[in-house]
Amino acid sequence: MPKDTGIGASTKRREDIRFLTGRGVYTDDLSLHGQTFAVMVRSTVAHGRIVSIDTAAVEAMPGVLAVFTGEDFKDVGGNPAGWLINSRDGTPMREPKRPVLAHGKVRHVGDAYAAVIAETYAQAKDAAQVLSDATVIEDLPAVVDMRGAVADASNRVHDEIPDNVCFDWGWIEDNRAAVDAAMKAAPHVVTLELTNNRLVPNAMEPRASIGEYFPGTGDYKLTTTSQNPHLTRLLVCAFVMGIPENKLQVVAPDVGGGFGSKIYHYGEEALVLAAAKRLGRPVRWTAERTESFLSDAHGRDHVTKIEMGCTLEGDILAIRTETLANVGAYLSNFSTATPTFLHGTLMAGPYKVPHVYVNVKAVFTNTAPVDAYRGAGRPEATYSIERVVDKMCRELGLDPFEVRRRNLLTPDQFPYTTPVGLVYDTGNYQATLDKAVELADVAGFEARRADSAKRGKLRGMGLSTWIEACGIAPSHLVGVLGARVGLYDAATVRVNATGTISVMTGAHSHGQGHETVFPQIVAEKLGIDASSVEIVHGDTAKIPFGMGSYGSRSLAVAGSAMDRAIDKIIAKGKKIAAHMLEAAEGDITFADGKFSVAGTDKAKTFGEIAFSAYVPHNYPLETLEPGLEETAFYDPANFTYPAGAYICEVEVDEGTGKVDVVSFTCADDFGNVMNPMIVEGQVHGGVGQGIGQAVLESTTYDENGQLLTGSYMDYAMPRADDVPFYTVDHSCNTPCTHNPLGVKGCGEAGAIGSPPAVVNAVIDALQRGGHTHVTHIDMPVSPNRVWQAINA
Amino acid sequence: MHNFEFVKPSSIADAALALSGEGAQPLSGGQTLLPTMKQRLAAPEVLVSLTGIAEMQGVCTGDGGLHIGAATPHVVVAREAASHFPALAALAGGIGDPAVRNRGTIGGSVANNDPAACYPAAVLASGAVVVTNRRKIEADDYFQGMFTTALEEGEFITSVVFPIPQKAAYVKFNQPASRFALTAVFVAKFDGGVRVAVTGASNNGVFRWAEAEAALSADFAASAIAGLTVPDTDMISDLHGSAAYRANLVKVLTGRAVTAAR
Ligand SMILES: Cc1cc2nc3c(=O)[nH]c(=O)nc-3n(C[C@H](O)[C@H](O)[C@H](O)COP(=O)(O)OP(=O)(O)OC[C@H]3O[C@@H](n4cnc5c(N)ncnc54)[C@H](O)[C@@H]3O)c2cc1C
Repeated sequence: MPKDTGIGASTKRREDIRFLTGRGVYTDDLSLHGQTFAVMVRSTVAHGRIVSIDTAAVEAMPGVLAVFTGEDFKDVGGNPAGWLINSRDGTPMREPKRPVLAHGKVRHVGDAYAAVIAETYAQAKDAAQVLSDATVIEDLPAVVDMRGAVADASNRVHDEIPDNVCFDWGWIEDNRAAVDAAMKAAPHVVTLELTNNRLVPNAMEPRASIGEYFPGTGDYKLTTTSQNPHLTRLLVCAFVMGIPENKLQVVAPDVGGGFGSKIYHYGEEALVLAAAKRLGRPVRWTAERTESFLSDAHGRDHVTKIEMGCTLEGDILAIRTETLANVGAYLSNFSTATPTFLHGTLMAGPYKVPHVYVNVKAVFTNTAPVDAYRGAGRPEATYSIERVVDKMCRELGLDPFEVRRRNLLTPDQFPYTTPVGLVYDTGNYQATLDKAVELADVAGFEARRADSAKRGKLRGMGLSTWIEACGIAPSHLVGVLGARVGLYDAATVRVNATGTISVMTGAHSHGQGHETVFPQIVAEKLGIDASSVEIVHGDTAKIPFGMGSYGSRSLAVAGSAMDRAIDKIIAKGKKIAAHMLEAAEGDITFADGKFSVAGTDKAKTFGEIAFSAYVPHNYPLETLEPGLEETAFYDPANFTYPAGAYICEVEVDEGTGKVDVVSFTCADDFGNVMNPMIVEGQVHGGVGQGIGQAVLESTTYDENGQLLTGSYMDYAMPRADDVPFYTVDHSCNTPCTHNPLGVKGCGEAGAIGSPPAVVNAVIDALQRGGHTHVTHIDMPVSPNRVWQAINA
Repeated sequence: MHNFEFVKPSSIADAALALSGEGAQPLSGGQTLLPTMKQRLAAPEVLVSLTGIAEMQGVCTGDGGLHIGAATPHVVVAREAASHFPALAALAGGIGDPAVRNRGTIGGSVANNDPAACYPAAVLASGAVVVTNRRKIEADDYFQGMFTTALEEGEFITSVVFPIPQKAAYVKFNQPASRFALTAVFVAKFDGGVRVAVTGASNNGVFRWAEAEAALSADFAASAIAGLTVPDTDMISDLHGSAAYRANLVKVLTGRAVTAAR
C-alpha cells in the first residue's frame, strides 16, 4: 500500500499552487520605493583592449544617475575560484583575477565592462547603447578553439598566462606508469575521441539582482537569483567587496531554476550593491534572455580522448583519458572542481577496473565562463566511459548487456575503493540493470525494430550503466582535494509555542520541491501533520549558515542536518516529558507524536510538550533551558553514490537524419525515497536535459568568438514533443550507509546517465541499418550531423 | 523598445492614408515586428494596425479560388480552409505554437518573406495572387529573394487568392531550434500541371523546382523525381544544415509531399 503521508508518500508539491497560479515572488517581481535601474554594457567583441570609455557621453542623458566602469572596482578583490587545483608538476593553477567589471581587456562577447544606472529601464538602456558606441576597444585575435589556445602561445586570454592553460592535472599521477603498462599489455585497446558539447543552462527565470543600502545602519541587502545565499554572501563580503558579513543580508526568494548556473557569484551582484551605496537608492538589474546566453556560466565543453584496454572477452583492464576542459575567459567559482574532482574521480564508472588514469588540461578561451551544470563533470565522465564501452562491444562483437554484467561491481564488493580515489559505500548494479532490461522489454526489441522498418525508420537501442558521486560533500576529503570551503549543511528546527514548526534550512529550493519533502520527513519523525511544518530558506537573516543546493545534496546533506536537529528536539522533549510525567528520562519513549512512560498509559502529546517549553510553569528550569529550538550542522562522511541503468530506443530517418527518441527507461538506485512523485519528476527533468544535450543543444562560437546560438532561434531546447513518455523505476534501492535518512540524491542522475544511452542507440540504429562505417557522432546528434555521417 | 504612435484604422482607405505618412509601418500579428522592435532593431514612428479592418479578415471562396484576408491569423486559416484546401490549412496549423498562430497572420508572413517561412511556399506553389491596396500581383512576380517582395513603399497586402489544386501537400522539416522550415516543400497538382515550391533552402528565398515540376507533371509519383539531383549552389549553409544537406532535403521532402498529396 503506498503511503499517503510522511516519508514515502507521493505528496503533491505544495509550492506548485503558488507557482502555477502566478503567485510566486521572484526577484524581478519586487518593486521598491525609489528604485533605479542598471543596464550592463557588454563587449560585442570576444577579445579586445579597452582604449577609452567616454562616460561623459552619457552622464548628462535624461534620467542617468551613475555610470560605473572597471576603474571603479579595480581595487576591490576578485571573485575567487573555490577549488585550488595543482598541476601534475606540483605547481598551483593559474588564477587570474575575475573583476566585477572588465578592466583593461574584455575577454568574451558579453563581458560587462561598464554599467549605467538610470531612473527608468528605458533610460538606462538608451544610455548603455550610447556608452557602448562611445567606447573604443582595440580588437585582439580571439582564442576560441581549445587546441589552438594551447598550441599558440602568442595569443593570450590573460596576458600573464602564456599557453592559456589554467592547470594540467593528473589523476592519479602516481598510477600513471602502471596504467600505461596495463594499456600496453592489454589484448585489445579501444580508442575514442569525443566532444562533450557546451550547454547554456537556460533557467526559465533569468538572473536578476537588487541591491539596497541603508545609510542609517550601514547595512546592505542583496536580493538575488541564487542557489546558495550564504555562499554568495561569503563571496561578496570576504573576497569581493570587503563588507562585514553581519552587514549584508542576502535573500534568494523564489528562484525559477538554476541547474548550477545560479550557484556562482556574478559581478552584477557586486555592482548593484556598490551602486546602491553610491546612490542611496535601490538598484535593480534583470538579465535579458540574450544576456543570459552570453553571460551565465555555461556547462560541459570537454574534448576528450579515451582509451580502454580490455580482454577479447570484454573485461576492462585499464582506462586512460586526456581531456581539454574549457573554463572560458575567467574562473567561475567551481569551474576548477568540475572537470577534476567531479569528473576524474568518476572515471572508473560502476566497473571493477584495476587501472585508471585521467589527465585534464583546463584551458582559458575568449568565451563565457564554464562551470558546473546539472551533473557537473559526472555526465562528462559517464559519457566517455559508456561510449567507449559501447565501441568496445562493437569492435569485439560482444553483447553490450553481457559486457556490462561482466564488469559491474557486485554487491559483495562494497565498500569498494576505486583506483581514482573514491569509496563506493553500497549498491546493486546488477539489480538495476536487470530491472531496466525487464521494463524496457529488451526481449521485444526485434519486433519493434521490424515495425519501425515498415515505417521506413531505422531503430536502435542504447544502454548506459552509470554511477555518480553526489551529496556534496565530506569537508575533510574535499579539503584535501583543494576545496576552499566546507560542504556541510545546517538546519534549525523551531517548534513554536502552539506546536507548529518552522525549519530553517541551508538548502535552497529553486524547483526541487523542498517545501513539500522536508515537512514529510518532519511529520514522519515527530508524528504530526505535515501541514503544520513550514520550510524557511533563502534568507541569510533567517537561516543558519548552509551551503545551498547543487550536487544533489539538499536531502543527503541539509536533510540530514534537519534529521539531526529533530533528534535533538526529541531528546529535549523527553527531558521535559520526564519532568511533567514525573518519570525518569530513560523511561520516556517517543512514538506517534506522544512522549510516554514506558509500560504505562501516562503520556504527553508533542503539542503539550511544546507548549510547556514556552510556558514553563511546570518545567525543570534549574536544569533545562526553556524553548524548543535546535540547530544541527551535518558534514557527510562520504559522497553518496546513486547508480542505475538506462535504456533508450531511437528511430532514425535516413532521408533527413532526424533522430526521434521513442522510448526511455530508467532503473535507478537513489537509496531511500522520501517522495516518489518528486523523485520521478527529477528524473524526468534530468533525462529531458540529457536528451536535450544528446540530440538538440549546441552552443556554437564562430572563429571570432561570436556566439552563433545566442537565442532560441538557434539554440534548440528540448520541448515536450522531443521526449518520449519515460519509464522510471526506483525499486532497486540500497540505502546510503552513512547518512541518517539513507538517501543518495536524485537531482542530477537523469542528466548524467542519459546522453550516452541516446548516442549509443543512434549508433546502434545506424549499424543495424547497414551504415557500419559510423562508429561515433558527436553530440548533439542533429539531423544534419547524422545525415552527414551516413553519407560520409 | 522605443516609443511609437499607434493607430488602428477600420478601412483599407484609412490604412492607406495612415501608411502614406513618414515613418509609418504596418503592424499585423506583430509576431515578427514586435520582437524586432523589442530588440531595438526596428523603430517605426507610427504603427498602423491592420487587424481592425473587416475586409482584411477571414476565409471565403470566390472568384479565382480561396480568398484569405491578409490580417487573418494562422489559427483561422487552419480551421476555415480545412475543407477547401487541406494542405494550406495544415500548413497554417503547423506554424509556430498556439500563441504565434493566434496572433500571426498570412499577410504579415507573406509581406515579410522570411526565407524560412511557410506561407511563401504555398503562395508560390499554388500560383496565388497577392492582392494589395493598389494592385494584384502574381506569385511568380511577387517573391524577389530573402525578405524582398514586389511591395512598394506604402503598399500593403489586403488579401491572398489561392487557386485550389486537385491535390497538394506541404511537408516541412523543422529547424530544431526555431521550428521554422529548415527546408519545406509545397507540391500542388493542377489540371495544367504540377507546381513545386521550396522554402527554407535557398539563399534567394522561396523558389520553384522546375525539373521536378516537369517530371511530376508527366507522372505524379515520388518515383518520377528519383533520377533528379538538386544542385547545392545557392543553398543556405548554416549551423543547422549544410548546403548539401538542404539540397538533399529538397528532394526527399518533395518525394514525401507527392506521396502525401491528397
Ligand atoms: C515563435 C515563433 C515561431 C514561428 N514559427 C513560424 C513557422 O514555423 N513558420 C512560419 O512561416 N512563420 C513562423 N513564425 C512567424 C509567424 O508566422 C508570423 O506570423 C509572421 O512572421 C509575421 O506575421 P505577423 O502577422 O505577425 O506580422 P507582423 O509581425 O505584424 O509584421 C511582419 C512584417 O510585415 C509587415 N506587414 C504586416 N502585415 C502587412 C501587410 N498586410 N502588408 C504589408 N506589410 C505587412 C510589417 O510591417 C512587418 O514588417 C513564427 C514566429 C514566432 C514568433
